[in-house]
Amino acid sequence: MSHHKIETKSLGYSYPDGHVAIKNISFSIHHGESVGIIGANGAGKSTLLMLLMGILFPNQGEILVGDVHVTKNTLSMIRQRLGMVFQDPDDQLFMTTIYDDVAFGPRNYRLDENEVEQRVMNALETVGISHLKERAPFKLSGGEKRAAAIAAVLSMEPDVLIMDEPTAALDPKSRRRLINLLKGFEHTKIITSHDLDMVLEVCKRIIVIKDGEIAADGNGEDILTNADLLDACGLEIPLALQNCPVCGVNKDKERWVK
Amino acid sequence: MNSMANFSNTLYNMGVMNDLARKDTPIHRIHPLAKVLTTFVYLLILVSFDRYEISGLLPLIFYPLLVFLFAELPAGPILKRILFVEPFIIGIGILNPFFDQEIVIIGGIALSRGWITFFSIFIKSGLAVTAGLLLMATTGMDKLAAALRLLKIPRLFVLQLLLTYRYISLLMEEVARTIRAYSLRAPTHKGVHRSAWGSLAGQLLLRTLDRAQRIYQAMCLRGFTGEYHTGEDAHMQWRDFIYVISWSIFFVIIRLYNIPMVIGALLMGVIR
Ligand SMILES: Nc1ncnc2c1ncn2[C@@H]1O[C@H](COP(=O)(O)OP(=O)(O)O)[C@@H](O)[C@H]1O
Ligand SMILES: [Mg+2]
Repeated sequence: MSHHKIETKSLGYSYPDGHVAIKNISFSIHHGESVGIIGANGAGKSTLLMLLMGILFPNQGEILVGDVHVTKNTLSMIRQRLGMVFQDPDDQLFMTTIYDDVAFGPRNYRLDENEVEQRVMNALETVGISHLKERAPFKLSGGEKRAAAIAAVLSMEPDVLIMDEPTAALDPKSRRRLINLLKGFEHTKIITSHDLDMVLEVCKRIIVIKDGEIAADGNGEDILTNADLLDACGLEIPLALQNCPVCGVNKDKERWVK
Repeated sequence: MNSMANFSNTLYNMGVMNDLARKDTPIHRIHPLAKVLTTFVYLLILVSFDRYEISGLLPLIFYPLLVFLFAELPAGPILKRILFVEPFIIGIGILNPFFDQEIVIIGGIALSRGWITFFSIFIKSGLAVTAGLLLMATTGMDKLAAALRLLKIPRLFVLQLLLTYRYISLLMEEVARTIRAYSLRAPTHKGVHRSAWGSLAGQLLLRTLDRAQRIYQAMCLRGFTGEYHTGEDAHMQWRDFIYVISWSIFFVIIRLYNIPMVIGALLMGVIR
């Protein structure tokens, strides 16, 4: 389905203070793909997502969602298709109850209140927090807030889910729950993270960004086992692929022997 | 460390008001617009009283009192907030007794007119603040904003109000965080040392602006265009009209007749 494709062509962006955050980035993401965007702190991951969502506009190059250019005039259409979950859920939740927060998007599109309720309940059930719907956002735990922020985006029924460091600041159990949730989604997914173990599990394809440029783009396992590449980009092979320091099992060998 | 605890409390308290607004009582069920209009008439009547008036003002206390009772609000949180504002009101009115020292005799007691205006201001502002708080506690910020839009208050203005409200809680969150970070690294200081004020305040402003911007962006990403929808039925029903009209009549009567004096006169007549 070509109308779900996301494409960037030699994208470039520099912040008003002159800092060049994105240089010459081109890629194309197809319908149903799950793509991890990894890179050290300050590599430009969040900036790239903001460009995709039309929060920032590129100085160079262009972005296509389906066959539509991301410009000021097409924003409303683009934003119904792409849903973005922010890094800090507190930036996203601001209504007085979780229910109202999840309903915020659908209501903005003037859906009938019955439809709104159905969408809200669906979204809350998907992320497993329907029992919290009357609670105030600021009283929830980190994992619950994250779930609520995801529900708030799901209720808009986007084709593409974009997430900025979704596992940041989650405890192991919440993180595991989130990973399982993400694996269950059939949306096209674009996820930034330095949690490479999560990326390994959720994303088949990985784009590595270094200083605002693409350093690698390819199959997840190939990239995540390339120690030299990861090291050069300020990253480390995920624990799941490292040789076990306790029992000494050599995962590399094990993998290649199989 | 004490100040840090205070800030966290304030933060928690902001939520308390919104929690109260989610109760289900006869007052809470009144259409937000009706409550906004009633409050508006109340404030109008309140400020229209003469600056030397005290006794005529007193019956106006029935409005907050009845709302308070029927909305089943807890006294603590509301009183705390009123007390929080009183020092500011006293600050505004306290100069009157010094400037206006002419003596008048009321009920056999000699009082300076300055003190009378002071008490009058004190009561008026107290009632105004209470009415505002009760509106918040029975309606909530979201519905309040929607009601203002129904009144055709410009979109930008309502948005400003909403963001300011949100901004204040953000600011306090940031203050709490900054002070925590400071006090952890300067454990022996009581409070924040003067030399650090400037940079702390600057930091705070930048961080809060940053956050407010991200929140606004997140709102826009979810289709926000400045219009605020709460999903409520937009129309007022006849009981909402009755609510506004009967209170308004009550307020106007209080304004036209000095009820305590009328009652006093009646009683005197009976005794005689
Ligand atoms: N508002 C801004 N103004 C100027 N520079 C910024 C701004 N936001 C981010 N940057 C810079 O742009 C670069 C990329 O930032 P970001 O996209 O947030 O990185 P990441 O999300 O990969 O950690 C960083 O060097 C950062 O300092
Ligand atoms: Mg980032």
